[in-house]
Amino acid sequence: MIDALKRLLDDKNVLTAAEDIIPYGFDGTATLKQRPLAVVFPANTAEVAAVIKLTREHKTPVVTRGNGTGLSGGSVPVAGGIVLCLTRLDRVLELDQANLTLTAEAGVVTQRIYEAADAVGLFYPPDPGSMKISTIGGNVAENSGGLRGLKYGVTRDYVMGIEVVLADGSICWLGSKCVKDVAGYNLRDLFIGSEGTLGIITKVLLKLLPKPAARQTLLATFAAMDTAAETVSAIIAAKIIPCTLEFLDRRTLQCVEDFAKVGLPRDAEAVLLIETDGHPAPVAEEASKIEEIARAQGATTIVRAANAEEATRLATARRSAFSALARLRPTTILEDITVPRSKLGDMIRFVNEVATKHNLQIATFGHFGDGNLHPTILTNERDEAEMHRVEHALKEIFDHALSLGGTITGEHGVGLAKKAFLKQQLGDSSYLLLQQIKRTLDPENLLNPGKVF
Amino acid sequence: MHCGMCLPTCPTFTETGRERNSPRGRIALMRAVADGELPFSRDFAEEMSYCLGCLACTTACPAGVDYAHLLEIARSEAEQRGLLKTPARSFVRWLTLRFMFVHPRVMRAVGCLLWLYQVVGLQSLVRRLKLTAVLPRRIRELEPATPQIHPPFSDTLVAKNEPARCAKSYRVALLTGCVADLILAGVNRATADVLEENGCEVFTPRNQHCCGSIHEHNGDLDTARRMARLQIDMIDPFSVDAIISNAGGCGSHLKHYDRLLADDPTYAERATEWTRKTRDISEWLVEIGFRAPKPNLPLASTRTIVTYHESCHLAHGQKISAAPRAILRSLPGYELLECAEATWCCGSAGIYNITQPTTAAWLQQRKVGHLLATRAEVVATANPGCHLQILNGLRSADAPRIRVVHPIVLLAEAYQREGKR
Ligand SMILES: Cc1cc2nc3c(=O)[nH]c(=O)nc-3n(C[C@H](O)[C@H](O)[C@H](O)COP(=O)(O)OP(=O)(O)OC[C@H]3O[C@@H](n4cnc5c(N)ncnc54)[C@H](O)[C@@H]3O)c2cc1C
Ligand code: SF4
Repeated sequence: MIDALKRLLDDKNVLTAAEDIIPYGFDGTATLKQRPLAVVFPANTAEVAAVIKLTREHKTPVVTRGNGTGLSGGSVPVAGGIVLCLTRLDRVLELDQANLTLTAEAGVVTQRIYEAADAVGLFYPPDPGSMKISTIGGNVAENSGGLRGLKYGVTRDYVMGIEVVLADGSICWLGSKCVKDVAGYNLRDLFIGSEGTLGIITKVLLKLLPKPAARQTLLATFAAMDTAAETVSAIIAAKIIPCTLEFLDRRTLQCVEDFAKVGLPRDAEAVLLIETDGHPAPVAEEASKIEEIARAQGATTIVRAANAEEATRLATARRSAFSALARLRPTTILEDITVPRSKLGDMIRFVNEVATKHNLQIATFGHFGDGNLHPTILTNERDEAEMHRVEHALKEIFDHALSLGGTITGEHGVGLAKKAFLKQQLGDSSYLLLQQIKRTLDPENLLNPGKVF
Repeated sequence: MHCGMCLPTCPTFTETGRERNSPRGRIALMRAVADGELPFSRDFAEEMSYCLGCLACTTACPAGVDYAHLLEIARSEAEQRGLLKTPARSFVRWLTLRFMFVHPRVMRAVGCLLWLYQVVGLQSLVRRLKLTAVLPRRIRELEPATPQIHPPFSDTLVAKNEPARCAKSYRVALLTGCVADLILAGVNRATADVLEENGCEVFTPRNQHCCGSIHEHNGDLDTARRMARLQIDMIDPFSVDAIISNAGGCGSHLKHYDRLLADDPTYAERATEWTRKTRDISEWLVEIGFRAPKPNLPLASTRTIVTYHESCHLAHGQKISAAPRAILRSLPGYELLECAEATWCCGSAGIYNITQPTTAAWLQQRKVGHLLATRAEVVATANPGCHLQILNGLRSADAPRIRVVHPIVLLAEAYQREGKR
């Protein structure tokens, strides 16, 4: 099969030497790794389809990969399988200014999509922390969120169409440039967030928005995490929907400041990074209102970013939070629970109790406005006893999130890391329904097997 | 942590799109070797030497991974095992690392020969007659990069002890650098001038050695330690307020003497003090609040556009980006215009353009393209390797009139112009 792949894609696009493939043995998730049989780099949809047909003949599993920044082990290889890396599908194909859409191949890096739109006064809102290197295909496959989710939603809200290669190697186009389109089942949405288990996304058609004319960024500090959580609820209750409402606790704050040196207050218990955007007058008004509410709730300080560069620096600093936490301990296990926003205070308190109970260091940050928390356990994978306590803590955190009507993952996907908890959240019949869909689309279980289920 | 935030800043990953050519990939390989999952193979050693060592990843890495140190260890291990040995490579390494860069007199002798070769016109003769075609390929590709040598060297230009030109506040030692001294001794004169203008008494030891950065960079730690001890013998760090370097690559290494000599009982204490006192010239000037030069032209007259290329080891190795720009912005008659990818490696990277000519040339072209796009008449950069690489790049791009210069030279010129109206 390797020889056939080499004939198909050329020798240099089929890697098998240990030195070449070890670096593809993991994604952004701690502790998971596996060496693949080979890593292949097709250049276009036709080559992807040909690879899929070939591997199917040999009953070889295929793990699709963008740039391996996933945080649930989705692109970690499967033993004896190949990694199908889509980074050579890297062309922005069309920017349609009349219909406000952009068409790109799946391997284009998210930041490039943002920049291509920005250059003509348009706006692609989903901005995962990893946007400088994550691929748009990976974003669609994980239905990634970002810092602007509260007002603008997640990747799904911007996908108008996709091209997918199915398990049998056939190529389908799902969706259109039409704002309304109800012809047939909405299968496009089935593939969004399917984590490479149902098909390989090779092209995406994205919706763009006009670029907001003004934005204002505020940084509010708090002496207690609860107060920050209550401030978020109060802002939303006051019928204000800022585009960003991000939260960092003290530990995260200190690590981020050590890296980014943007002048974050190291002694605060919590900070909220808040941004509103839109037309200048309402933005100014909203910023003042937010400031008022935060003060009334007991914020210790509130500062406004002086200019666009400062605002960008703050957002960039926030994006580094997860990686920056690795300054403290060798292994960082990041979770992605999400709860209804009114339950944020409850959830935060619970995470802290769990940390004390199991004698663990847990730092928390997240997209507060979305109810999405990233409690991050700082540990050492080589310390068995501690890893055992980590497992208990995780289980308790998941249980509690579910009891509050929450979910085990808001944006990182199930992958390998959370599959043990999926059934508990979905219930038997929903879980079975998911399995039936998987079996229908991938009867031989060759696409990213072992993930999600 | 393997988040991948470093990938977009890595030139070799950008060139090939392969993980093994990225910091994340190389660290994974190092870890595999450390965990016994991968033998210490020749291929592994080659990957380590394919890395430019530009350290852009260390600026991007939120987790603070000390890639520089990891790479240094892997390279030195590779050297010890002799995995990359070929007769030609061994000869070039011996010639440059063990011979030229160790013996300052040899270096100067070679320098003089090169200078003669250029002045007498042999170089252009050789080029015109295409005699270079008979040289081995590596050397041939290198030939256009042979630097223009400018004697007299620093020892003639800068006296051993020079007083401050205004009220004295500091006593500093000036490191002249070996490559810098050969090709850009004027930079050392300018550095001394600027220091003296700003209240520093300048001590410049004679016949200085290489600081050892080129050795460390290429995995020859023993020689690097030897060179460090020689430096410390030459300048007692306790006797000065600062030790000034004006070459990004050297400065980055000089600041690590503490780590390099940590296990040496006779030198460790002085090495720590050395590290504490070492400053890049621009860093030092900003720290002591340097005096902005007074304009001597009517303000309305046209301004020369200058753009700044960041030396990797200044920007990423020492995290100094703002200070050189502060100097450039202080210059009357100049306007600083940023180029794209200012923090990207130009491909010079120590002796990288000798060991990996293809990647070096690709980076050089990319760099020159961005520089030309600014329409700047002056390119400022603070490292001799970058200086030469860019000079050569501009020459091949048919833009030889663009001036390449160290920011400190521009500052020294501005001080000089003050008096003459
Ligand atoms: C520092 C950091 C910050 C992050 N911040 C955020 C954040 O704010 N919000 C967020 O939601 N996520 C975030 N993530 C997670 C991650 O970046 C996203 O999940 C991203 O979408 C993954 O993209 P990728 O190209 O790296 O995909 P990979 O990691 O390569 O793949 C992810 C999954 O998608 C599948 N896949 C990839 N491409 C395709 C394709 N073309 N067709 C079908 N399946 C495919 C893979 O099989 C795998 O299951 C962050 C990660 C890091 C390291
Ligand atoms: S070196 Fe730093 S930026 Fe690169 S993958 Fe590792 S942690 Fe992330």
